[in-house]
Amino acid sequence: MTEEMKHPLSDYLRMDRLPHIWCAGCGLGIILHSYVEAIQELSMDLDKIVTVSGIGCAGRASGYVNTDAFHTTHGRALPFATGISISRPDLKTVVISGDGDLFAIGGNHLIHAARRNVDMLVICSNNFNYGMTGAQYGPTTPLNTRTPTSPYGSIENPFNLVALVASSGATMVSRWTVYHVYHLKNAIKKGLQKKGFSFIEVISPCTTGFGRLNKQTPIEMMRQLRDNTKIMKVHPMEATIDPSTEIIIGDFVDVRKPTYGEILRELEAKAR
Amino acid sequence: MAKQRIKLIKQLCKGCGYCIEFCPNNVFEKSEEITERGVTPPRIKNPDKCTLCGLCTRLCPDFALIIEEDEGDG
Repeated sequence: MTEEMKHPLSDYLRMDRLPHIWCAGCGLGIILHSYVEAIQELSMDLDKIVTVSGIGCAGRASGYVNTDAFHTTHGRALPFATGISISRPDLKTVVISGDGDLFAIGGNHLIHAARRNVDMLVICSNNFNYGMTGAQYGPTTPLNTRTPTSPYGSIENPFNLVALVASSGATMVSRWTVYHVYHLKNAIKKGLQKKGFSFIEVISPCTTGFGRLNKQTPIEMMRQLRDNTKIMKVHPMEATIDPSTEIIIGDFVDVRKPTYGEILRELEAKAR
Repeated sequence: MAKQRIKLIKQLCKGCGYCIEFCPNNVFEKSEEITERGVTPPRIKNPDKCTLCGLCTRLCPDFALIIEEDEGDG
């Protein structure tokens, strides 16, 4: 980077680390852009935000932001974030991680963090496979999708992430795609200001792994996100997700419940 | 007020082509150029058509497109 070209987001990103490691056309860069832009528009203090991430391509996100950040072990982003959220309620805890980290190895942590209503924002990038290790099928891979470990098509039913998180008790549940950048940014802004467990699923194209085997170019995958999505206000159980036919996106849940930290501090005051 | 324009930071571009495909006003086009990192960055074909909507800056996964103040005579 030369002196004259000061990037508008240079206060929020570690510019010396860019260009990032993600593949050409990967949606994670768009998610990171929406996240830092949301922080910029809310004029939030960077010392008051903690970005936690797990393992996987999305786990790299914590290394590129200028907030306090921690890159945890596989699947354990949420236990770490729960600890921060409870001990330091003055900080905003944000988890950016992928579907494999949050729903496969970290699946139990996620449903229990949502059940306890721990105050944090979880941004989950869903690319329908395990991108970093070579695009194997995982708990979000749609039926009949070809991956290196399911060469005849996946035979497992995938999770519906928003339905799972909403039924576990999350207070804000949204699903957007990386094509819907303005909606995504607004959802992140809402999540950053919300008290309680907020969950945003972001459908993101895995261009190198998923795209190559299913004979799709990055631009075709983005067109699919534009053409096959419908913005609807429905019950999360009815928010179908099938990238080849229809993905229902939108803000599904937004309620207010006492958070785990609030109840804990109330109890502490009572017991004293 | 200073004039603004769209600017491409070639060092950050990975050549995915999202800006060429999704710009509503066809500001970008493919180029023949190959940078030292082996990617083909887009070329700004119609800078006058750009309305500075900012969609490309947000859709660019590599932070390579920015809107900057135009220092020239405009």
